[in-house]
Amino acid sequence: MLASRKSSKALPYILIFPTAVFVALFTAWPVLLSIYQSFFLQRMNIAKFREPTYVGLGNYIDLFTDPYFIEVIKNTLVYILGTVPISIILGFLFALLVNRKVRGIGFFRLAFFHPMVLPMVSAATIWLFFFTPDYGLFNSTLRLLGYTGPENWTGNPNLALLSVVIVAIWKNSGYYMVFYLAGLQNLPNDVYEAAALDGANGWQTLWRITFPLLRRTTLFITIVAFIDSFRTVDHIFVLTSGGPSRASTVLLFELWLERFEYQDIGASAAITVIFVVVLLAFTVTNFITSDRKEA
Amino acid sequence: MDSIKIRKTLKNVGSWITNLLATILALLWSVPVIWAIIASFRPANDPMSRGDVWFSTTLTFENYTRAWSLAPFGQYYINTIVVVLIILVVQLITIVLAGFAFANYEFFGKGWIFFFVLLQMMIPTSALLAPNFSTIRTLGLFDTRLAIAIPYFGSAFGTFLMRQAFMSVPKDLVDAGVIDGCSWWQLILNVYLPPSIPSLIAFGLSSATWHWNEFLWPLIITNSDKSRPLTAGLVRFTQLGEIGAQWSLLTAATLMVAAPLFITFLIFQRRFIQSFVHSGLK
Repeated sequence: MLASRKSSKALPYILIFPTAVFVALFTAWPVLLSIYQSFFLQRMNIAKFREPTYVGLGNYIDLFTDPYFIEVIKNTLVYILGTVPISIILGFLFALLVNRKVRGIGFFRLAFFHPMVLPMVSAATIWLFFFTPDYGLFNSTLRLLGYTGPENWTGNPNLALLSVVIVAIWKNSGYYMVFYLAGLQNLPNDVYEAAALDGANGWQTLWRITFPLLRRTTLFITIVAFIDSFRTVDHIFVLTSGGPSRASTVLLFELWLERFEYQDIGASAAITVIFVVVLLAFTVTNFITSDRKEA
Repeated sequence: MDSIKIRKTLKNVGSWITNLLATILALLWSVPVIWAIIASFRPANDPMSRGDVWFSTTLTFENYTRAWSLAPFGQYYINTIVVVLIILVVQLITIVLAGFAFANYEFFGKGWIFFFVLLQMMIPTSALLAPNFSTIRTLGLFDTRLAIAIPYFGSAFGTFLMRQAFMSVPKDLVDAGVIDGCSWWQLILNVYLPPSIPSLIAFGLSSATWHWNEFLWPLIITNSDKSRPLTAGLVRFTQLGEIGAQWSLLTAATLMVAAPLFITFLIFQRRFIQSFVHSGLK
């Protein structure tokens, strides 16, 4: 150990150098660049605004006074609240169902997990059919259950966001199941034996013992699910393109629109900064509130 | 006696209900992919209608050949495979080197450098696509396969994973290696790597899955078929004017994009799922 430490003072820096360079170039630098650009008005598709002019907090003020952007934030919150808790609850339920010694349990595990391996754009293309009015399978099934509402899910302003949420839940629940499964299999057996001796029934064991013991797993999954819900908009491109009239536009999709459709460098930089701040605030809060000692 | 009997019956009923619930949910969850597979073999001249969306009277492979001829899927395959492999090879090198440095050495600023690298885990690359787009343009890499891959060459997550794996290698083993006169790279190859292979495989599988499926970054950074990967190619394909609602054609294309990874997953199912747990929990 001592000898290896002495070998060369520069060596550890050299070994980390490649990683550090790429992190600097594609994580640190873009954050700094966005902060800088967010103080300038620059629009590539309007000749007189091609050269950046300093506007202070103008981009941020424009965003937060724009009812469209407020709607985007609202959509983002609805999307997060719609996907995160339900996928986690389903993941927990799936894990309980799959964590049994029954023949053919591998089939169930496969059934719940396989959407995770599909590209989101493939998943969304399949779901595009399910949401098709009239003969789409989703509507056919709902009709069997007595549903008589509108059938054009992806084209209806009230349903477009919901349809995107449904696909995300379908895709991700199995992923969270896997973490719960690992957590369940690491639970100490003696606690259950003691509970059985005390005459606790299955329901009590579940809520008083299993769920509390999996608290850390739940916390971890919540972080993963939260970040997932921010960074994936692939299905929106396929299903709704953010519409109709922005009804299913969430933050990252809006960022894409501003930068690549409207060519608005300043606004997109401001959204990037907002994005980064929200993510960092979330991670930092989690580090502070979680009781883990060594990450 | 009776109460034991009742308990047993209750338990049986309970496990039947659980089985039933599991079966219903599993079927519901599988319907989309099962439908897609069946629909992809449905002849194009038999359009779907209400209540008739599954099997037609015959099965055909023509949707796959037609999809293949309507868009350069061959080129898309090559692009995706090249991108996934480049990322994998470079990442494996960078994360092993950095993980080794963080696990094996004490040096000035170690904590701060580690924190700096971990920043990448807190800010997902997709949040930074606008400024990264400018960087790629400045580097002159726009519309190349390298441009899709390069932001992922350094991996905070992989570095973290390898550091954890290396730190659990017994110190005695490391010391023995040093006494035997191992240089730093012999130390990595002979002492640190062999017991860390599961971590490496876990990282490799989740990295390959992630990058095979990635869409948004490749979409904005490519502009021609010579660099466009499968995911971006598929979305372009679905928006071709002549495709419309030809579901059998669309599902064939969709499954072609997913197939290689999906089949690999089916074969190595256990390994895959374990890898995702492993890479998530460490």
